[in-house]
Amino acid sequence: MTLIKETDFGTPESKSEKMVTLTIDGKSVTVPEGTSIMRAAMEAGTEIPKLCATDSIKAFGSCRLCVIEVEGRYGTPASCTTPVAPGIAVKTQTPRLAAIRRGVMELYISDHPLDCLTCAANGDCELQDMAGAVGLRDVRYGYDGANHVFARNNGEANFDWKPKDESNPYFTYDPAKCIVCNRCVRACEEVQGTFALTISGRGFDSRVSPGMDEAFFESECVSCGACVQACPTATLTEKSVIEIGQPEHSEVTTCAYCGVGCTFKAEMRGEEVVRMVPWKDGKANHGHSCIKGRFAYGYAHHGDRILKPMVRETIDQPWREVSWDEALTFAADRMKAIQTKYGKNSVGAITSSRCSNEETYLVQKLVRAGFGNNNVDTCARVCHSPTGYGLNQAFGTSAGTQDFDSVDDADVILVIGANPTDAHPVFGSRMKKRLREGAKLIVVDPRRIDLVRSPHIEADYHLPLKPGTNVAMVTALAHVIVKEGLVNEAFVRERCDQDEFRDWAEFVSQDRNSPEALESVLGVPAADIRAAARLYATGGNAAIYYGLGVTEHAQGSTAVMGIANLAMATGNLGRRGVGVNPLRGQNNVQGSCDMGSFPHELPGYQHISGAKAREVFEKDWGVKLDSEPGLRIPNMFDTALEGQFKGLYVQGEDILQSDPDTRHVSAALANMELVIVQDLFLVETAHYAHVFLPGCSFLEKDGTFTNAERRIQRIRKVMSPKNGYGDWEITQMLANRLGMNWSYSNPSEIMDEIARLTPSFAGVSYEKLDQDGSVQWPCNDASPDGMPIMHINGFARGKGKFVITEYVATDEKVGPRFPLLLTTGRILSQYNVGAQTRRTDNSRWHEEDVLEIHPHDAEERGVRDGDWVKVQSRAGETTLRALVTERVAPGVVYTTFHHPSTQANVVTTDNSDWATNCPEYKVTAVQISVSNGPTEWQEKYRELSVSARRIATAIDAAE
Amino acid sequence: MAGAAPYNDERAREIIKAHMSLEGPALPILHALMEEFGHVPESAVKDMAEALNISRAEMHGVVSFYHDFHREPHGRHTLKICRAESCQSMGAEKQANEFLAKLKLSWGETTPDGALTVEPVYCLGLCAHSPSALIDGEPVGCVDMETLDEIVAEARR
Repeated sequence: MTLIKETDFGTPESKSEKMVTLTIDGKSVTVPEGTSIMRAAMEAGTEIPKLCATDSIKAFGSCRLCVIEVEGRYGTPASCTTPVAPGIAVKTQTPRLAAIRRGVMELYISDHPLDCLTCAANGDCELQDMAGAVGLRDVRYGYDGANHVFARNNGEANFDWKPKDESNPYFTYDPAKCIVCNRCVRACEEVQGTFALTISGRGFDSRVSPGMDEAFFESECVSCGACVQACPTATLTEKSVIEIGQPEHSEVTTCAYCGVGCTFKAEMRGEEVVRMVPWKDGKANHGHSCIKGRFAYGYAHHGDRILKPMVRETIDQPWREVSWDEALTFAADRMKAIQTKYGKNSVGAITSSRCSNEETYLVQKLVRAGFGNNNVDTCARVCHSPTGYGLNQAFGTSAGTQDFDSVDDADVILVIGANPTDAHPVFGSRMKKRLREGAKLIVVDPRRIDLVRSPHIEADYHLPLKPGTNVAMVTALAHVIVKEGLVNEAFVRERCDQDEFRDWAEFVSQDRNSPEALESVLGVPAADIRAAARLYATGGNAAIYYGLGVTEHAQGSTAVMGIANLAMATGNLGRRGVGVNPLRGQNNVQGSCDMGSFPHELPGYQHISGAKAREVFEKDWGVKLDSEPGLRIPNMFDTALEGQFKGLYVQGEDILQSDPDTRHVSAALANMELVIVQDLFLVETAHYAHVFLPGCSFLEKDGTFTNAERRIQRIRKVMSPKNGYGDWEITQMLANRLGMNWSYSNPSEIMDEIARLTPSFAGVSYEKLDQDGSVQWPCNDASPDGMPIMHINGFARGKGKFVITEYVATDEKVGPRFPLLLTTGRILSQYNVGAQTRRTDNSRWHEEDVLEIHPHDAEERGVRDGDWVKVQSRAGETTLRALVTERVAPGVVYTTFHHPSTQANVVTTDNSDWATNCPEYKVTAVQISVSNGPTEWQEKYRELSVSARRIATAIDAAE
Repeated sequence: MAGAAPYNDERAREIIKAHMSLEGPALPILHALMEEFGHVPESAVKDMAEALNISRAEMHGVVSFYHDFHREPHGRHTLKICRAESCQSMGAEKQANEFLAKLKLSWGETTPDGALTVEPVYCLGLCAHSPSALIDGEPVGCVDMETLDEIVAEARR
């Protein structure tokens, strides 16, 4: 594979359907109306010289290099800002144009260093390319005058010169090389939507300025890298490029962080990643990325990575490095022994939303066909299992209804319990772009997230409800819609079950469900709720985006169904710009659910009790399958504490840190006789493991991920696995030692098996993915190219189902002992339990978890900004630093769970969703008090972390 | 005189608030701040960004574009001496340099007693009376060294 060079058309695509024909350099070209002459020329294969134009941002017309002549028109207009017109004849190369371009270029170069040979952008510099293109041979102005290039001029300090800004750990800003083309400023505004950059001063003093002439790291910059990508020179350059040099080949692959599923070109030198550049053809990200995807891949070669398999008899012993054979045999023997002693059902496995579809599929296959039970579950249990359940009830499919592009057509966006600018940043930028175009916004969230108000974005309504009252809120919104006659009768009549609708309408119409009656429960003014409901129902295309703030509750599934009710009642389904959109947390959480990771479902959400589906798998796998659903994760822990669940295979999930009520989880793990952890690092769960199988990163294997919009995309191996094997190979080796007879030689064969057995994946193959780039399931005979928007002419289940959503307050109530409500979430720079991001420079942005507390609550407790505080719930206690802020409402405190030293989940309880056992992370009654330092639990845990990670050295082994 | 009040965050926020109902309030606010305090410090840039719901980078871009929005307090009086073509042809540049040397100042600096800030300006449209200048917004024509000395003396009173 050579280095992929994407064509830069200079200006964005026109969406017009009207076509215009013109002539460029004698060639006839037909393009959509509104296309720039520059783009039209490029589409015809003619590149007009340019510097300030690139197709990710709007035309600007400042560099004056792209001038052209139009027959019969006066002057030399810029081709980037001049739209095509029917019948015009354009000339892109004439002696006059050549002279202008050379003159312009000469001026640029007169204030630019001539250190090309030692410059990091050598070979990838548009300024260099353009100097070549216009035939620059001489710079007559010399370098003696005023300039930004040299630190000293004629022996005197040059105050126009500024040193390099190296404050950002991932890229540098060298003002001496800047040509002030504005591309970085515009990328920050138009693509990312942060507006962290500007041009300060004017004329010769013009400079790119982060914030108010601040260092990048201190400024409003979120380090997405869009500016670096847009820069045509070496002014903004990845430090990795400065260090390594230019890449020589690249592969397209998919990011392994969040559920947006951005595709990247991994630009390589040999087996070393030089940089990750978001791929323009990526249908989820369209050439944009966030700080994590673009920059935080360094964990793959972090020193903490474990590369050799390890075992130990008991968890108080140090680890012993062994061969793959010994580790796998040890694991398999013990697994078999446990099943012999405690019965078939005493073992199970947990699949990972971080691993590929193929790997997840193999783990569940190992459990069902190898262990002979259905004790397989996945981390989706603790995040979006209510989405799977709720949307399946309402529509008949366990997935979001839209693609991300759909947001471009939304007129009203309702965000409930999601924080896209932090947790799904690339989609957050898309959403903000649409909001800047004028879409209305309603935010339902206890916190003032960035979407509530940040530069150029302001929610029309922010409904800061009390944590745990989502169902009451959704019902109150429905009350207004039904009582005020805003229901889309035609849609409901045609598409939904009438009896169920009537029962539901009768239920929500009751006075006790009115915004006024629920005002005290919700803590939100009834008038705001009414206004928001009217906006949602009548504002045009209305789309709901929701996240873990909806699902991770005792009534998570109820809230999801309530959201589906709202969309059906207002007819906001089955076309672009509308829909119900769960923002999936992890890169492959959709895929891991699709692949049959749940104890009651085979791949493709086929219930295990269904004889027909089971038969298909039994025939293909050649075994008899258990028809009884197996244990869910919380059940595994409970059963372990009772002494009947003894063996667990955990692939790529850190359950100890991510699951609620840490002490309960650790006690359960300690009670097992075999815990196999397959991961990159000795994660927290590994403290309780007997076998450690080193896993590999997404850069080291082939496979597929499925993102939040059901889009299946390839990950491609760009370097050899440092640990020796892809994760799918490790599962296969383990399975074969347990008597399976698997012989997959490539993940594509696993995908072929998935396609063979799963109706919604029937048309998926690596060949198709390589050809189309990606496909959104269902992909089968009915929709051979996948389905971007679902339920267009009817719901998958037939008639849409309205479910009555009675609000039941959670058991987790505030009282005198625990008067505050703790809710948890994420931050932009860190990812989930932080196993990866904490091992990159991303930690510079977020070094520790902090507790956000309202000034009123802080003052009552004598807490000042930066104080150590103790957070205590009925489950446990931990300490962390306080951040006094009005982002949280009085009575609510908030923290993240990225750092094991804090262990926010020591505090969260074992309450969970009634339907799916998804834990109630978002509501814990707590008390806050000033503290001197770590709690006893944190001290003990720190000691355990040290002792449990011991690896025996040669001398230890000899003893 | 205008711009004499010491900077005060609370008062600045009042001024910002008072202009928020205008369409395109940024420049009117900046003028009002200049009128009150004689300069627009960083904290005002931040407060304006917050009030206008734009980034502080953008606000900084606007403020720094206009030379007349000062970042630091100026002297009690401001003298702007024209350095454009017509005035140059009448010896303005030489005269200005001598004047600055006498005051031991560079362009843009303020006398140590805080009385006068001297700035360049590029054409006041008073070419018929070159060399020309502007003292606290009032144009002066046919400026010679005597006029300049008088201006300094007046400023120091």
